[in-house]
Amino acid sequence: MEKLYLTIALSPLVGAIFAGFFGTMLGKTATHVLTILGVLISTILSLYVFNYHVLEQGEVFNQNLYTWMQINNLNVSVGFLIDNLTAVMLVVVSFVSLMVHIYTIGYMHDDTGYTRFFSYISLFTFSMFILVMSNNFMQLFFGWEAVGLVSYLLIGFWHHKESAVQANLKAFLVNRVGDFGFLLGIGLVLAFSGSLDYMEVFSSLNKTMNQQLWGLDIITIICLLLFVGAMGKSAQVPLHVWLPGSMEGPTPISALIHAATMVTAGIFMVSRMSPMFELSDVALTVVMIVGAITALFMGLLGIVQNDIKKVVAYSTLSQLGYMTVALGVSAYSVAIFHLMTHAFFKALLFLGAGSVIVAMHHQQDIRKMGGLRKKMPITYWTALIGTLALIGFPGFAGFYSKDMIIEAVHFSSLPYASWVYVAVVVGVFITAFYSLRMFFLVFHGESRVDVHIAKHLHESAPSMTFPLIALAIPSLVIGYLTIGPMLFNGWLDNAITIASSHASMAELNREFHSAASMIPHAIQTLPFWMMIGGIATAWVFSIYRTQWADWVQKKCHRTNYVLESLYGFDRFNDLVFVSGVKKLGNLLYKVSDVGLIDKILVNGSAKLIGLVGKIVRPIQTGYVYHYAFFMIFSLLIILTWVLFAGDNPLLKL
Amino acid sequence: MEDSLLSLLIWLPIFSGVLVIFIGNNRANTARWVSVIISILVFIMSLSLYTSFDSSTHLMQFVEKTSWISQFNINYHIGVDGISMPLIILTTFSTILVIIAGWEVITKRCAHYMAAFLMMEGLIIGVFSSLDAILFYVFWEASLIPMLLIIGIWGGDNRVYASIKFFLYTFLGSVFMLVSLIYMYNKGGSFSILDMHNLELSLVEQGYIFWAFFMAFAVKVPMFPVHTWLPDAHVQAPTGGSVILAAIMLKMGGYGFFRFSLPITPDASLEFSEIIIVLSLIAIVYIGFVALVQRDMKKLIAYSSISHMGFVTLGVFTLFLAYKPDAIEGSLLGLEGAMVQMISHGFISAAMFLVVGVLYDRLHSREIPTYGGVINSMPKFTGFAVLFAMANAGLPGTSGFVGEFMVILGAIQANIWYGVLAASTLIVGAAYTLWMVKRVFWGTITNPAVATLKDINAREFSILAILAVAVLVMGLYPQPVIELMHTSIEHLLHQALTSKL
Repeated sequence: MEKLYLTIALSPLVGAIFAGFFGTMLGKTATHVLTILGVLISTILSLYVFNYHVLEQGEVFNQNLYTWMQINNLNVSVGFLIDNLTAVMLVVVSFVSLMVHIYTIGYMHDDTGYTRFFSYISLFTFSMFILVMSNNFMQLFFGWEAVGLVSYLLIGFWHHKESAVQANLKAFLVNRVGDFGFLLGIGLVLAFSGSLDYMEVFSSLNKTMNQQLWGLDIITIICLLLFVGAMGKSAQVPLHVWLPGSMEGPTPISALIHAATMVTAGIFMVSRMSPMFELSDVALTVVMIVGAITALFMGLLGIVQNDIKKVVAYSTLSQLGYMTVALGVSAYSVAIFHLMTHAFFKALLFLGAGSVIVAMHHQQDIRKMGGLRKKMPITYWTALIGTLALIGFPGFAGFYSKDMIIEAVHFSSLPYASWVYVAVVVGVFITAFYSLRMFFLVFHGESRVDVHIAKHLHESAPSMTFPLIALAIPSLVIGYLTIGPMLFNGWLDNAITIASSHASMAELNREFHSAASMIPHAIQTLPFWMMIGGIATAWVFSIYRTQWADWVQKKCHRTNYVLESLYGFDRFNDLVFVSGVKKLGNLLYKVSDVGLIDKILVNGSAKLIGLVGKIVRPIQTGYVYHYAFFMIFSLLIILTWVLFAGDNPLLKL
Repeated sequence: MEDSLLSLLIWLPIFSGVLVIFIGNNRANTARWVSVIISILVFIMSLSLYTSFDSSTHLMQFVEKTSWISQFNINYHIGVDGISMPLIILTTFSTILVIIAGWEVITKRCAHYMAAFLMMEGLIIGVFSSLDAILFYVFWEASLIPMLLIIGIWGGDNRVYASIKFFLYTFLGSVFMLVSLIYMYNKGGSFSILDMHNLELSLVEQGYIFWAFFMAFAVKVPMFPVHTWLPDAHVQAPTGGSVILAAIMLKMGGYGFFRFSLPITPDASLEFSEIIIVLSLIAIVYIGFVALVQRDMKKLIAYSSISHMGFVTLGVFTLFLAYKPDAIEGSLLGLEGAMVQMISHGFISAAMFLVVGVLYDRLHSREIPTYGGVINSMPKFTGFAVLFAMANAGLPGTSGFVGEFMVILGAIQANIWYGVLAASTLIVGAAYTLWMVKRVFWGTITNPAVATLKDINAREFSILAILAVAVLVMGLYPQPVIELMHTSIEHLLHQALTSKL
């Protein structure tokens, strides 16, 4: 099995290396064939692994490959932990990656960086595999930063665009803020458990639990610090600011990295650490509240966006918030379930948006679209499936996962859970509103497309529509098919620990009968009507009476201003962190380093020596009679002092 | 050959340097070829230090000892352990790179330039292998001379100021070291460093000796606040000079703490460890902010060097606070992390200075605003530059991560706040490095001269490729290096924790 797991991880890397170093030599076709082959191998093997571990309940694989560092009893290795959680992640990552690889053939067709792009996305796939397959914190951190690196390279892929290279720097640095917390968390794990291996750490938790730091349980501190890392990667408020900017990258990577896989690394990590998070209600409450804030407030921003990718990006933020809420209420398997359904439908939506963008000659403003339904039927229908899945329309994939999150919050006994419940239910309305608003503006209504573009408007190439269809299928059925086994039949049981005091999952289990029975039941629930309300509002404002939208905007100009300025996060960061830090740097450099240390202390002492030399120099005249005079004169003074000073100690000798 | 391998490593480059001077500047090509062949030969010979090294003992190996000045019991006594051996190989490795890097670039007095680097190589190997304090001191001071000449002759416009500042700063520091060495000779009757390790010293004596050593080593590292010579020296030095300065000469300071301060003055080291830790943390945090606002690329990298070397001193001195009787891993993480950081910094700073050198050779400017959009005309070069920048920012998978990771993990065990401050480099280090990358490499070309730049040639490519391999291999598999030094470091830890009082 070890070889098989290695092949999964390494085959995209081999593809990436070939594409990166020999891409220009190999040519476009050979490059994409090679990289797609690499990911295809991983996908097939991942399905095999999924079958072996999840369906046939094969044994958990936990083995080190090689010793990275050995210091006495501390062993840090590179190794794999393959359990059901990993198996699910492998399938999701490899499948979406494969689709994105294929889609790229069409999307990047005329780009000069074609081979470089394939190299990057294959490298990303490798890094993501390393992250989810890790059996220890060091390798987790390696994967964590490696996906960040590739994300950096891909956001800045069009490096001639100033906005793109600004965004990738921002993305890297904000992620580094998260990683700062993450690394400290890892450091505390080592300090208190003496190991970085997951299983060793988990088994020594009893020992760690009783210790205190800063008046809190050490376990709480560790969990909060690790969660800071998750906040960076999974873009939770206030570390979410990098994700909208990441849309500067080509659309395929927005689908792969900034929607389906990398941004869910934080969700995966917290689920992986469930034995630790379960020990701290404080940490879980924080996780839940941060998630709820992100889910609600980032969704609101989706309403005022007019860039097709930005709308989807804010929707991603909001959905990541939902997943985080699920983590907070100890419904880890529900979070992973939503992670999976979201990966499919959000990748679909992004790729659909990409298809529209290509057709529109890179026009991304949804106000300048409209009526695309007839021109792009495949994109239209798949986007419809994606949208319905996103808003949680009964029967679609997102319906099951989101409904379970809302119910799990409902059953949670954590403090503030009732507020969070309100947030996630209102969030359903908002999600439906911005999703359908975009959907209507792009595909329905009057065409507002520029006439020059309208002439050439046509459906995208098969290499782009095939992935759309291939992702639409799971967006439709995956929830229905997997909700039972994944949440209630123990698919993830060997990876996730839930304390008995956290009853959400047990309650959900009691309520759950079958996937089919959830659909008719949905009509009696509040979230369903919130969703219908959202759809209706969107229809009214974007199809039925478009002028009402302007009227509301004017009436609520204050709210509108707050939303359009994105709550001022960017302005605050620019003011405090960008300009502030530059000012501080200049101050330290000019005043302290150059001014005080170098000018005054260093060159000052050199000058002092020079000065003393200058003063003393006239005395050294070289004339004997000058020296004789000084000697006699000095002797005179000394004698006078000896003789006439009152209680001179010398006299007592 | 085994018996006199170390002597060969020291004297072969020195005498070859003399030979190269006699070849003369008129026969520059001969001088270049002789130099590069000698440096490769020395490197290969130094590899046999590695292959026949016994990492299971902390005892000195490849020991040579003959009497030198018998009246004062001064011996020509050399040998290596797991602490000095990796640094010697780093020296022989870097020397090849700088000689190749100066190949076409140095047209003025080429033979002398090559000779200076060869001699310096021998002298620095002498520093790392000396087991006699006076011999050590002689090599230590002598190694200043070639560097002084390199900056003073082949440097930039303000080279005289920089070279004198460099010389006085470092010379001032080491004078105090000489005084304390003589004091210990008077007390113990031996200049042998290993004897000094066992010399009984009171806390007061240790205190004076500790600070005298500190003066010498802190200037070399350099530590805050005696670091201001470094940016000037780097800015004025030619590329090769910067590479050797950053990659090796700074390590002499770090090495001093390992070889002298900890074992000779263990109690004073414990007593004053928190002061050194605070200075190290200032170096990491404060210098990071200073680096952020630099416009001169070399200055920026020089400040980044100071910040990274802060991890070395931090790792060394957290050993006392991180120590737990039942688990010494915390202390070892700091010490071994410091060693790994020194080696890694040797690769990365060399690479970063070479990267700037490549640009400087073309446009004769080190100012960041001169550039912008370099990727458009130099894509291959940009690939390397981004890799090294990421290594400089401590990305896992590169050597830059390993040392920082180990030192931070150790520091957290000493005191969580040390860890917090040290880990802030994750943000600040990435900020100054990648902001520079953004302004120099990404974006559109604004300066028409940048559009005419030619991508790196085979010579430049091979130097950068060798360093890239070194950075990646050490990042992905550091265990061989750690294993090499482990026994020596553990012995050192034992010495540092054993009170002399």
